[in-house]
Amino acid sequence: MEMQQFYYDNKIVKKFLYATMFWGLIGMLVGLLLAFLFLFPNLTDGISWLSFGRLRPLHTNAVIFAFVGNAIFAGVYYSSQRLLKARMFSDALSNFNFWGWQLIIVGAAITLPLGFSSSKEYAELEWPFDIAIALVWVAFGWNLIGTILRRRQRHLYVAIWFYIATFVTVAVLHIFNSLAVPVSAFKSYSVYAGVQDALVQWWYGHNAVAFFLTTPFLGLMYYFVPKAANRPVYSYRLSIVHFWSLIFIYIWAGPHHLLYTALPEWAQNLGVAFSIMLLMPSWGGMINGLLTLRGAWDKVRTDPVLKFMVVAITGYGMATFEGPMLSLKNVNAIAHYTDWIIAHVHVGALAWNGFLAFGMIYWLIPRLTKSKLYSNGLANLHFWIGTLGIIMYALPLYVAGFTQASMWKQFNPDGTLVYGNFLETVTEIMPMYWMRAIGGTLYITGMIVLIYNVVQTIRKGSEVTDELAESPALQRVSKKRVAGEHWHSWLERRPIQLTIGATIAILIGGIIQIVPTIMVKSNIPTITSVKPYTPLELEGRDLYIREGCVGCHSQMIRPFRDEVERYGEFSKAGEFVYDHPFLWGSKRTGPDLHRIGGKYSDNWHFNHMYDPQSTSSGSIMPAYKWLITTELDKSNTETKMRAMVNLGVPYSDEEIANAQQHMAEQGEKIEKNLYADPDFVESYEADKQSSGADFIEMRNREIVAVIAYLQRLGTDIKIQDLETTQN
Amino acid sequence: MDSISGIEIYPVISLLIFFTFFVALFWWVFTAKKDYIKKMSNIPLDNENETLL
Repeated sequence: MEMQQFYYDNKIVKKFLYATMFWGLIGMLVGLLLAFLFLFPNLTDGISWLSFGRLRPLHTNAVIFAFVGNAIFAGVYYSSQRLLKARMFSDALSNFNFWGWQLIIVGAAITLPLGFSSSKEYAELEWPFDIAIALVWVAFGWNLIGTILRRRQRHLYVAIWFYIATFVTVAVLHIFNSLAVPVSAFKSYSVYAGVQDALVQWWYGHNAVAFFLTTPFLGLMYYFVPKAANRPVYSYRLSIVHFWSLIFIYIWAGPHHLLYTALPEWAQNLGVAFSIMLLMPSWGGMINGLLTLRGAWDKVRTDPVLKFMVVAITGYGMATFEGPMLSLKNVNAIAHYTDWIIAHVHVGALAWNGFLAFGMIYWLIPRLTKSKLYSNGLANLHFWIGTLGIIMYALPLYVAGFTQASMWKQFNPDGTLVYGNFLETVTEIMPMYWMRAIGGTLYITGMIVLIYNVVQTIRKGSEVTDELAESPALQRVSKKRVAGEHWHSWLERRPIQLTIGATIAILIGGIIQIVPTIMVKSNIPTITSVKPYTPLELEGRDLYIREGCVGCHSQMIRPFRDEVERYGEFSKAGEFVYDHPFLWGSKRTGPDLHRIGGKYSDNWHFNHMYDPQSTSSGSIMPAYKWLITTELDKSNTETKMRAMVNLGVPYSDEEIANAQQHMAEQGEKIEKNLYADPDFVESYEADKQSSGADFIEMRNREIVAVIAYLQRLGTDIKIQDLETTQN
Repeated sequence: MDSISGIEIYPVISLLIFFTFFVALFWWVFTAKKDYIKKMSNIPLDNENETLL
């Protein structure tokens, strides 16, 4: 048989590995800063681009797409070439993938702190980046499928299937969730509103976990764990069942992020049922990974690579056990909006993604540089402080979540809340936030030890070069099934059919849940008293989005006795029909804001934004002084309103034409209200005297728009209005 | 959703498709030849020049 010689592209793997380590460190450092902002809320006082709300999306995006994303590419580029016995299809596409991805990350690192955000979780980047991500992702898929078509290995190993499913599903999720109408270069509105936006967002958000943080890493597990242990996977049969059941079931589970919200009941129940089923394939995969080490446990004691992998797979098992449990409505009622969820995702991120990436890095770097790891001792040190870091991070937050939820729900015998002041429940868990910050510090210290170890290994190793390999060319066989060949082994050598099969499996769940919610009117009962936002409120809402308020405040009161007592009437689906995008939030570091309108005076909001601790002693909210001094940009208001009209919001031509005047009038009214406070009058008048010609009237400042929006929130319906609910 | 005529058939069809698919999958998985499974699971391990110095 004719042997063909070719070279594996190791340089692209090296580049992605370096990027993984670099962005990993940055993403984690931003996370650490956020952890410290819980303890010292004024740490970055007055610096808008270092405020909590703007950095939170930077942290999540950096860790998910920069750290884990680059690790995925590094692992996929290394393993695919070897599993397919072929060099990557095109060096140009590989490099476009690499540089394009890094540019997007740099763009994210600049625009997110500047407040350019769509506010949709893990999809915060604005529309130009969404287009860039789609292009780079297609380049990646093209390169992968091109390589598959040129392979010298007839059958596709299970890792490759996971990569294919990842490519297809992330493309579908990204495109449908990012559909938006642009208003300006860095501003757009989601095409979906309220409940529909929430459903699409969490179909995306949950499946970003599934198909970005899980399936590609399962592919990596199926390649790197057997490599590191030098033995085949425990059960290849199990891996086939694992693959099909996981991708089919995962895509349905999204609505478990919206339990007890205004999402229609049938969609919630569908999400719960599939989330519970998900336990089976997840644990099948975990068991398959762990049992690959059967008979090799002695190696685990000495090899840091295997140690990292064992903790990674164990973390995966823990997180995927917890996930279905959290999807049970009674458990979710306690855990949702609390730090329990933060603990849950960090078990996944720190243990499963982090430790598997570290294991892969420690395994790859010596092989790429043709040397030995600089120090096994340091790798062991990293392992132990990393593991301790995960425990120190997660355990206190479980306690914090449970404690706070219990406090939220406690009633006195006379029917009043025991902890009527939300802040009491925050103060109670401050020690847990301290421990979390220490856990995070330990984990990052481990990351720094890894970088040092890797740098030293590279320094003493040889330069990374392309690797010569040989393999016989693939003989042509019939496209049809050959005699005695089973349909699934036929499928394993037919990449296109396999891709189509995987696509069908993931589309069914999405279509069944999303299409009816969007198409069928009866799922979202309309309320006649719900009206579009005024121009000033709309601008205020955009500021709320810019500052990332949604990161700490929900706008979704669940129909529980304690929530209705604390916040007011529970939220109805029909109240959100003009909300492009929805702002329900997923975490309550501060109280829910859906019925905040009319609860406090304009002055209270003004003082609270200027110095939260002055109105709410012990508050951990940062100050938003720049809202009070900055002039409101009203130049785009009409464009924004017209974009809203295109999305079905009933603004009349007259309202759009009078937008500026309306904003001025509403601003003046709020300014007049602010004059009720003598302290305000004194400092404002003094400011007016000293500023001269540059003085910006209060009615034209950003704070006024924010107050207008906050005072509007949740005021559209009164209890008696519910009679008018239609359909 | 009840407003869409004939919608009751969709969940039944999807259930049948997937039930059949998974039954067939399990059937194949359990009857697949040992040699074939062994060959497949060894794909990652048959790269020669990856040993460490």
